Amino acid sequence: MEILVILVPLALMLGLAGLAAFLWSLRSGQYDDLDGAAWRAIADDEPPQEAPAKR
Amino acid sequence: MHVSRDFSHYVRTAGEGVQHIDLAVEGVHCAGCMAKIERGLSAIPDVTLARVNLTDRRVALEWKAGTLDPARFIDRLEELGYKAYPYETESAEATEVAESRFLLRCLGVAAFATMNVMMLSIPVWSGNVSDMLPEQRDFFHWLSALIALPAAAYAGQPFFRSAWRALSAKTTNMDVPISIGVTLALGMSVVETINHAEHAYFDAAIMLLTFLLVGRFLDQNMRRRTRAVAGNLAALKAETAAKFVGPGEISQVPVAAIYPGDIVLLRPGERCAVDGTVIEGRSEIDQSLITGETLYVTAGQGTPVYAGSMNISGSLRVRVSAASEATLLAEITRLLDNALQARSRYMRLADRASRLYAPVVHATALVTILGWVIAGAGWHDAIVTGVAVLIITCPCALGLAIPTVQTIASGAMFRSGVLLNSGDAIERLAEADHVIFDKTGTLTLPDLDVMNAADIPADVFELAGRLALSSHHPVAAAVAQASDARSPIVSAVEEAGQGVRAVVDGIEIRLGRPSFCGAETLVSDVTNLDPEASVVAFSKGSEKFILSVRQGLRPDAQAVIAALKARNIGIEILSGDREPAVIAAAHALGISEWRAGVTPADKIARIEVLKQRGMKVLMVGDGMNDAPSLAAAHVSMSPISAAHLSQATADLIFLGRPLAPVVAAIDASRKALHLMRQNLWLAIGYNVLAVPVAISGVVTPLIAAAAMSGSSILVMVNSLRARGASREIA
Repeated sequence: MEILVILVPLALMLGLAGLAAFLWSLRSGQYDDLDGAAWRAIADDEPPQEAPAKR
Repeated sequence: MHVSRDFSHYVRTAGEGVQHIDLAVEGVHCAGCMAKIERGLSAIPDVTLARVNLTDRRVALEWKAGTLDPARFIDRLEELGYKAYPYETESAEATEVAESRFLLRCLGVAAFATMNVMMLSIPVWSGNVSDMLPEQRDFFHWLSALIALPAAAYAGQPFFRSAWRALSAKTTNMDVPISIGVTLALGMSVVETINHAEHAYFDAAIMLLTFLLVGRFLDQNMRRRTRAVAGNLAALKAETAAKFVGPGEISQVPVAAIYPGDIVLLRPGERCAVDGTVIEGRSEIDQSLITGETLYVTAGQGTPVYAGSMNISGSLRVRVSAASEATLLAEITRLLDNALQARSRYMRLADRASRLYAPVVHATALVTILGWVIAGAGWHDAIVTGVAVLIITCPCALGLAIPTVQTIASGAMFRSGVLLNSGDAIERLAEADHVIFDKTGTLTLPDLDVMNAADIPADVFELAGRLALSSHHPVAAAVAQASDARSPIVSAVEEAGQGVRAVVDGIEIRLGRPSFCGAETLVSDVTNLDPEASVVAFSKGSEKFILSVRQGLRPDAQAVIAALKARNIGIEILSGDREPAVIAAAHALGISEWRAGVTPADKIARIEVLKQRGMKVLMVGDGMNDAPSLAAAHVSMSPISAAHLSQATADLIFLGRPLAPVVAAIDASRKALHLMRQNLWLAIGYNVLAVPVAISGVVTPLIAAAAMSGSSILVMVNSLRARGASREIA
């Protein structure tokens, strides 16, 4: 059962990593336009001669 | 005179040497539009950012400071086929967005904690019946406490704050039992853990918060979306005014950038966006949006004009007395304040439920504790059982019962063209059993239409429409629109106050006053038939025609009235317009109850009378004169073309030309209220089953968790039935 000493903190760390990722994504505005993001994933890449519009 | 468009009011600085503007865009629907707009705008040199937000239908633009004029973006979007206008975030919307983000953050924290506490709880539940050592169990409980306590302190904020506000105001709401339940569950679990006890309720407490936050977030998100749409619509109305920036120099500026004391030019065919006094010029103005009166008023020096008036014939110079948001009549403001105060006394279904619920639950818990003590149990065991009762009855499903239905019903309403202004409007609309319609702009369309187009040869009508394109007069604009004319006649000349004339194929054609066209003799035939119509004459050589132009009834008004009657809803018309006009509309629609020439105070008085008879009145109106009665009625609706004030006051706003959304909204809200009640009964039924188990003291954390998630999911699934709102009028 000593394995718990490693596994429990490990599980917690993974959970915290998930929470941190969620808070980061929220802060960087990834939930501001859910409809648009769904389409962007399948949009064609822009032609290379144009500057990509990125934040 | 030089006219320029000035959007500097909307431009803000975003970082070093970069300027930013937000545009509301009409007609963005798909990924194709998104890519087209972003590419089209990025192609302009010096643009550093062009990003479409498909959810809110907006574009964020950034460019190197000082290189570009924002008007260029709007022109570019117009070339691409989209109507756009700068958008300014109102403070109300900014608050909703911030609140929505905060709730999402709380939800994230609560969900994380729930998952991890559950990961620790399941081994304890299964270990309790097998070979788990007490030390291991304690270790898991302490870990759970480590996660659950800070998470609950953070994620519980929305509930704790609201409960505190309610208690400070000496009332209760649903958040009071929630806060008490969560706090007691956590407190008891800590005590039990210290005493090496078998059961701790960290998982139940934090799971409760998670489910409730889902409900809160959905509710908030619905409000945020509605605000965003309403904000866009307001922006796309593009209310601007021609402001004098020098003698003889005019700049077209947004209304938000106009201040009292400024002088603006009001050209024929323009709607006034400010309150003020005429200082120069003579004209006729259409005050129907303010008073409901469809006859034009003569305006000259010293005449007060109000936002929403339409200038008909001549140019006016107006000195602004109050701009944009301050534009209203003192009398109307006073009535409005009184009426709004009365309405805030309405108690929402959720509050009524919680007012009954909280005392019952807390009394049950207390009785349980005392009962066990009397039955001979120790204080410790009795209190543990009492807290278990509170945890089991914590209004998880009750908290979800209403917001989930509201969210789904408002989505269904949105699809049928109705926007919700206030959250509890659904409940109130569902109870409405008497509808009062305003006439002008509500039963009738806000814009003018040619009534006798069928009597005029098609080629003549088309020619008249083409000629009308050269005039600014609103009646001419109506003729142009009705005839669907596209190409103006190049040589047309407008004679102010008279009409337009041109020579086509060697024949002179004229459109304007009957006297201008030599058609005075024909006028009486038309006016006898329809005393309300404005008359415009058209002559082609010696052929003379009379066009009768007026506000037509909404295309489906008759069907809607019939549908309302079929639903056993009383209908009447209260209009500020003159009697003949009201009679004509009432007759055409088959409405037997009507009142004409009604003042705003009379309208309120009428609503009060109906209220005293126990009727729940739905007021549908658009004019500024309707605003106080919109607030006084049990529930109210406005078309999107309504005056600002009315739109802000109304509970619901409907889009487009048809009147059908009124019926659709009533149907959807009735269905929603039915589901809300059903959900409340489901939640109560669950409690009736679970409470005896809790009182008997055999509840384990496993039972609590299963019961809580089971009832919540049941309620959510039931709410989904609000989705299929019928769209056609049956």
